[in-house]
Amino acid sequence: MTKLTGTAEKAKKVRGIVHINKNRCKGCGFCIEFCPPSVLEFSDEFNAQGYHPPRLADGDGCTGCDLCGMYCPDFAIYAVMIKNRQQGSAAHHDAV
Amino acid sequence: MEADPVGVLTGIHFLDGDQACCEGALAAGCRFAAGYPITPSTEVVERFAQRVPQVGGIFVQMEDELASSMALAGAVWAGAKAFTVTSGPGFSLMMEYVGYAAMTETPCVIVNVQRGGPSTGLPTLPAQADMMQARWGSHGDYQIIALSPNSPQECFDLTVDAFNFAEQYRVPVFVMMDECVGHMTEKVVIPSPSEIEIVPRRFTRLPHDKYLPFRAGVDGVPEMVRAGDGYGIHVTGLTHDERGYPSTSAETQRQLVDRLMNKIRQHTDEIVRYEENAVEDADVVVIAYGITARVAMHAVQMARERGVAAGLLRPIVVWPFPEKRIRELAARTRAFVVPEINYGQIVNEVERVVAGRAPVQLIPGAGGAVHHPEDILEAIISHASAEVAK
Amino acid sequence: MSLTVEAPVQANPVEAFVRTERIPHVWCPGCGIGTTVNCFSRALQQSKLDLEKVVVVSGIGCTGRVAGYVKLDSFHTTHGRAIPFATGMKLVNPELTVIVYSGDGDLTAIGGNHFIHAARRNLDLKVICVNNFIYGMTGGQVAPTTPVGAICTTTPYGSFDEPFNLPFLAESAGATYVARWTAFHVRQVTHAMTEMMRKKGFCFLEILSPCPTLYQRRNRLGDGLEAMKYYKDQSVVRHGANTKEIAISFQGPIVVGKFIDIERPVFLERMNKQLTRTLDAEYAGCVGENVCG
Repeated sequence: MTKLTGTAEKAKKVRGIVHINKNRCKGCGFCIEFCPPSVLEFSDEFNAQGYHPPRLADGDGCTGCDLCGMYCPDFAIYAVMIKNRQQGSAAHHDAV
Repeated sequence: MEADPVGVLTGIHFLDGDQACCEGALAAGCRFAAGYPITPSTEVVERFAQRVPQVGGIFVQMEDELASSMALAGAVWAGAKAFTVTSGPGFSLMMEYVGYAAMTETPCVIVNVQRGGPSTGLPTLPAQADMMQARWGSHGDYQIIALSPNSPQECFDLTVDAFNFAEQYRVPVFVMMDECVGHMTEKVVIPSPSEIEIVPRRFTRLPHDKYLPFRAGVDGVPEMVRAGDGYGIHVTGLTHDERGYPSTSAETQRQLVDRLMNKIRQHTDEIVRYEENAVEDADVVVIAYGITARVAMHAVQMARERGVAAGLLRPIVVWPFPEKRIRELAARTRAFVVPEINYGQIVNEVERVVAGRAPVQLIPGAGGAVHHPEDILEAIISHASAEVAK
Repeated sequence: MSLTVEAPVQANPVEAFVRTERIPHVWCPGCGIGTTVNCFSRALQQSKLDLEKVVVVSGIGCTGRVAGYVKLDSFHTTHGRAIPFATGMKLVNPELTVIVYSGDGDLTAIGGNHFIHAARRNLDLKVICVNNFIYGMTGGQVAPTTPVGAICTTTPYGSFDEPFNLPFLAESAGATYVARWTAFHVRQVTHAMTEMMRKKGFCFLEILSPCPTLYQRRNRLGDGLEAMKYYKDQSVVRHGANTKEIAISFQGPIVVGKFIDIERPVFLERMNKQLTRTLDAEYAGCVGENVCG
């Protein structure tokens, strides 16, 4: 379900990775509107609930600030910073 | 298990019913009460407020009866045994909580010292007009247990029993006193802690991953946990499945309400309790509860003195109703006389159970006074002589 | 070349705190309640509280459903009675952090009496009020918070009576922490929630939140996103503002910030002090084993 989108050959520049759970999305647009570097846009596809989930328009731009994750009322999107990702496993374990 | 000695005032005391009720709650292990002042019940919590700091517990006077009843649920799910005390108008407000307690299977005790109604009615005078409200007062289908003490001694004894029933079956249990019993002062014997049987809360021993908060055992009663025990439970007044999760399925509703009904219905024989006096050979059986049973006993004795074979059946547990016994008696009793301080509540149950096999006569009371024994006697004799006349 | 990589171990931070088997939730597209739950989850994380000792109590209504989604001991009570329930729970087990999470109608109309009395007593409760200006679950009726002029199903010609100014109400009744933010202010909401979790006393946080299906639609205010843009454009941060002066008008400016943060002994402290003073050694105490048996 959770999909990681990135651009491998530009990995050095990528600071954040955004994860989108498409089928949870209800298309409110909060994440797209309030993304500070404006890297998200509505996709053309429909999800299982009939909404257009967001997609990453600019794979380079995500800063991993997770404001999308903070805004998303449907728990359908979140972002992590690359450096956090490497420590992520342990951090998550603590949270559980 | 035995009572915790710290709450038991063992000895012979001269107490009114309200005070005895409070001692019963403390003896039963109740350590939390929330209440709102209302005549003629307030003395119960006044005593609790005085006694509980030395025993170890809390009384909190809330802003109304909606709050004081709902505070019980929070206290109970935090692990305490809890009760509240009220009278007519407050009892009406608590009906919201009664449904919640039934739905969430929150063991708790509600004491109603009945006074005259409707509305503000007669705050300082007796009635027995909340008996149907105790059974049916909240919306939807559910079962409760209600007890009716007729003396300060029973106010003690039955309050202990009420807590035990609440824990055994996880239902709200009512102690349906009345103003007379509440304010009557008599000898009350409080036994030693080892003589007081206490039903502890049925806490689960299952590990977190095996426990479902609303999965019942064979007796239809699920085991509990406390908030803070680490089980991460969810409790809701919505129709819910065994996990406690809301559901809008008719089948989930049926399973849940079936169980809420059956956990009492299937144990009726173990719960029902009544006292009989001179019933074995009685032509006329008087059915009376609470203070009215004392008046009725006097009338039965007067009838016997006049050579009329009268007897008294006194339901101690009123809900569930002792219908099996009354059905037996209906086969061989010429008439039933039902005095109660209302315009006909328990008499409807008697009529339902007797089902036309014998006349059932209500002797109503509007509230404000107890019956005159002569009125009951007159009814007894009229039925006896009607038979003689045949 | 874009590529899709397998999901990493790290999951959405909110998932550690919600019952994911119950997602999708009941809230409408563009509703802000889910956003506040994100903030709540981050605040729980930051507060470092033992989650086994955190309880969420809700009343009835859209926000009342929060209790059903958080992966904590959670209690969905009757309409308006979250605070009395929380009162009983907190007094019996003071070790619990008891969060009351409910809506404006639940907390300040049917539950208004409980709200002011809990504040007066300074019960150690953390009250999070999601204010969407309307009764959502029942289909859009006027609430005690509805701004004058707003159309609701029961005010079809416009609401005309004065709404509550909730921070002023909370402060007047005795709350020791009072803040207002909106669903747009996710960082500030998270920070306020964290502060409340660390503070002792009756804490109140109002979060204005979109109700696109009823409030926004009936008043032709666009969708949830339009509401969020309104919050963004019209919010004015004024920490320490006089709560008397921060009432909300229809689509008018919104004063946000932390208004009150004071210390006052909580109910149990006062009770213990009084009983110790009068009963001395006879006072058996009120907490722990005594109460829970």
